[in-house]
Amino acid sequence: MTDLLNLVRQAVLTPSGLQDGDIEKIMNCLLSASVDDADIYFQSSHSESWVMEGGIIKEGSHSIEQGAGVRAVSGEKTGFAYSDRIELPVLLEAAGNVKAIVRHGQQAQMGIIKTAKWPRYYPIVNPLPSLATNQKIDLLKTVDSETRKLDPRIEEVIVSLSGTYENILVANQDGSLSADVRPLVRMNVSVIVEENGRREQGSMGGGGRSDYNYFIEQDRALNYGKEAVRQALVNLEAGEAPAGNMTVVLGPGWPGILLHEAIGHGLEGDFNRKGTSAFSGRVGERVASDLCTVVDDGTLPGRRGSLSIDDEGTPTEQTILIENGILKGYMQDKLNARLMGVKSTGNGRRESYAHLPMPRMTNTYMLPGQHDPQEIIKSVKKGLFAKNFAGGQVDITSGKFVFSASEAYLIEDGKITSPVKGATLIGNGPDVLTKVSMVGNDLQLDSGVGTCGKDGQSVPVGVGQPTLKIDGLTVGGTSV
Amino acid sequence: MQNQEQINQLKNTVQDLLDEAKKQGATAAEAGLSQDNGLSVSVRLGEVETLEYHCDQGLGVTVYFGQRKGSASTTDLSPASIKETVSAACSIARFTSEDSFSGLPEQQLLATEFHDLELYHPWDVNADKAISLATECEDAARSFHPEISNSEGASVNSHQGIRVMGNSLGFLQGYAATRHSLSCSVLAQRGDSMQRDYWYSVARNALHLESAVSIGNKAAERTLRRLEGRSLSTRQCPVLYCAETASGLLGSFIGAISGGNLYRKSSFLLDALGSQVFPEFVRIHEQPHLKAALGSAAYDGEGVATKPRDIITGGILQGYVLGTYSARKLGMQSTGNAGGVHNLTIDPGTLDFDGMLKALNTGLLVTELMGQGVNMVNGDYSRGAAGFWVENGQIQYPVEEITIAGNLKDMLKNIVAVGNDVDYRGNIRTGSILVEQLSIAGE
Repeated sequence: MTDLLNLVRQAVLTPSGLQDGDIEKIMNCLLSASVDDADIYFQSSHSESWVMEGGIIKEGSHSIEQGAGVRAVSGEKTGFAYSDRIELPVLLEAAGNVKAIVRHGQQAQMGIIKTAKWPRYYPIVNPLPSLATNQKIDLLKTVDSETRKLDPRIEEVIVSLSGTYENILVANQDGSLSADVRPLVRMNVSVIVEENGRREQGSMGGGGRSDYNYFIEQDRALNYGKEAVRQALVNLEAGEAPAGNMTVVLGPGWPGILLHEAIGHGLEGDFNRKGTSAFSGRVGERVASDLCTVVDDGTLPGRRGSLSIDDEGTPTEQTILIENGILKGYMQDKLNARLMGVKSTGNGRRESYAHLPMPRMTNTYMLPGQHDPQEIIKSVKKGLFAKNFAGGQVDITSGKFVFSASEAYLIEDGKITSPVKGATLIGNGPDVLTKVSMVGNDLQLDSGVGTCGKDGQSVPVGVGQPTLKIDGLTVGGTSV
Repeated sequence: MQNQEQINQLKNTVQDLLDEAKKQGATAAEAGLSQDNGLSVSVRLGEVETLEYHCDQGLGVTVYFGQRKGSASTTDLSPASIKETVSAACSIARFTSEDSFSGLPEQQLLATEFHDLELYHPWDVNADKAISLATECEDAARSFHPEISNSEGASVNSHQGIRVMGNSLGFLQGYAATRHSLSCSVLAQRGDSMQRDYWYSVARNALHLESAVSIGNKAAERTLRRLEGRSLSTRQCPVLYCAETASGLLGSFIGAISGGNLYRKSSFLLDALGSQVFPEFVRIHEQPHLKAALGSAAYDGEGVATKPRDIITGGILQGYVLGTYSARKLGMQSTGNAGGVHNLTIDPGTLDFDGMLKALNTGLLVTELMGQGVNMVNGDYSRGAAGFWVENGQIQYPVEEITIAGNLKDMLKNIVAVGNDVDYRGNIRTGSILVEQLSIAGE
């Protein structure tokens, strides 16, 4: 662990010549006011992306983002300043501005102490050089040409590959220094197909906290291409989607975006501390059928939404949100945990040094149930089977949420029949899970594509679920 | 002027970048640089919640080796970093493919006239002043009505920044701009029904901001009117998009005529140039040179001169929205839209909002849309919505947990009227828009 700390110190502090003593100076400037919490967040992030389109390597880019954020918290008040210059005078000035939020001073001193140990859930690796550039190009070209071979109706294939190598260092007012190295890779294939003048698209991708070899292992990259083509061809056959309230069966994996939107956001600590969520004050109450147990889990090895420590230096954990239908607790960062008299659950996340941390999800999923997925489909006389989704959104106060199906089929007399066009599904967060009447035994996590937006900040997340049957959800098709 | 000095300094840095690119063997290059700083304050339940000082900078460079291209960016503006960034871009260009459409814009399209668009209006607001303004705004909302039960707070934002860009054709320009805003979001409760809504004002010049009290009052009013919303039965009916939601409809239209979607054949308006896309009474145009407007610019993201122009005249599509690359792919010329449109305006009709409600007669007024739900490739449209049920031109009750669906191609053609209740707070200027018939899904 000391090795990790030294590694990150070297990546983040050494280039600007900052020492531990300088961190103490900045922190002591913050602590000359009476604060409940103070931290300095250092970040250095290198990323690249490559795009193949129209059969050529069309674009490549490289970017470096680095800087530090200085925060002081007193009661419910937060002062925050940041700079992309990791320099002592700049950060001291930032600290001076930030502590103005607390008017009455009270001296305190901080000295850096040894860092605690915590488990890591992904390798300390820089993904960018994990393949040589010509190997990355070859990977893109192979995926492009193999995908184009799959069907004569393919008009266009776009393949993208990106990677990030991020080092973060958090200094807290208790003298602790926490460091993390966060690799993240992502690949995507999207295709356009055309038949008799009708054009449709399909898209598939994945990734995680790993290096680029992830895409070569198990032929993942090639399979993204196959899956994108399969989806696009299904959409060529799709008829009008139904409109109205009906039984909906959600497939396993990425449709877990339901949990992220319908209940996840509503269970973030900030909204509940402020009483602005439809779930506020409902711990201990029934919010789902007893078949439902939902967790947020930052500890899954190598997942896109996983973190060894959150952006406040708190180790992540598996947090039970709903257990057998009963609401158990919220996801917390330090500020909201302190104000609600509970412990941080390691969900304090921020997009970068230039953003304030807040409670955010990591990997949110439902535990598997008893039913064979076939049995679930068989039980539906008339309804919709939604297999793939695009994004979603929620109004945490009214509880209304949407998520948009990108691949769906009618269920008629217990059988999946014809494909229908994409449609938005809308429901009410606090009661949608009470209508879950069957839970499959086929839990799947998504392939590693999720990005969640809140208050203008984007962070990578994961979702997952087994096949679910919901007795009544509004489907926004055109066929009345 | 202090600004001019800073602009000149940043111009020198951009020139250094371009020189460095040439030194490293690039045959052409383009570089941009920005520096922004600002203050954000939020007040909740009468107490300061956050005080944030923003300070951002970044530079980006694109190099060409013949028809091969590479890009790189960084937040570090030191000379050493400039060298590294250029060399990162150059090493990428060694691996990208020859692309006969890539390259800098045609010299004759670059902007040569730079009138003052009056985009820079610094606001002497400090933390204390911002706090008292936000407090005044939130107080107005909270004291508006006893059913206003909680608050997400009010916030004041003030930002100023400088943007400089240049290319190896000799283009080197910069300007300063400001952006200030004031917003408020509150909750209301009646029985089991809890709702939240907001209102905001944004402007280049703080003097043009709506008053704090008016913003607070509107936030409260908008929240209260949503209480006890209900779903609708599944049906077909006409839909009136309020001005704020109507801009999304026009945004989707712009997406469909944007070069990137056209040359990728992922637009529902392929080959629509010269054809009837909207009804005859519709005119849509760009006004890039409006003084002090949020979407004004003398040149686009590549230095190409922007021009006032019609995109739709008499309902007929007059031109696409193109940057240099997509224009070449389509065998056309850049329209000065690298980075998007500039103050896109749909000519308002004669009816005000009440008149539009009467024109709707019986149907759905949409005030909020949720989710993405727009398929650019085929125009399929299905989104979550909230709003009001209207009968005989009168608002009856709030509506929520419904979806509206149709196909954008038909929706644009079936626009019945455009209101004169224009929302000037964004880059798309439109009044409310009435669309003939959409599918509503509900309980």
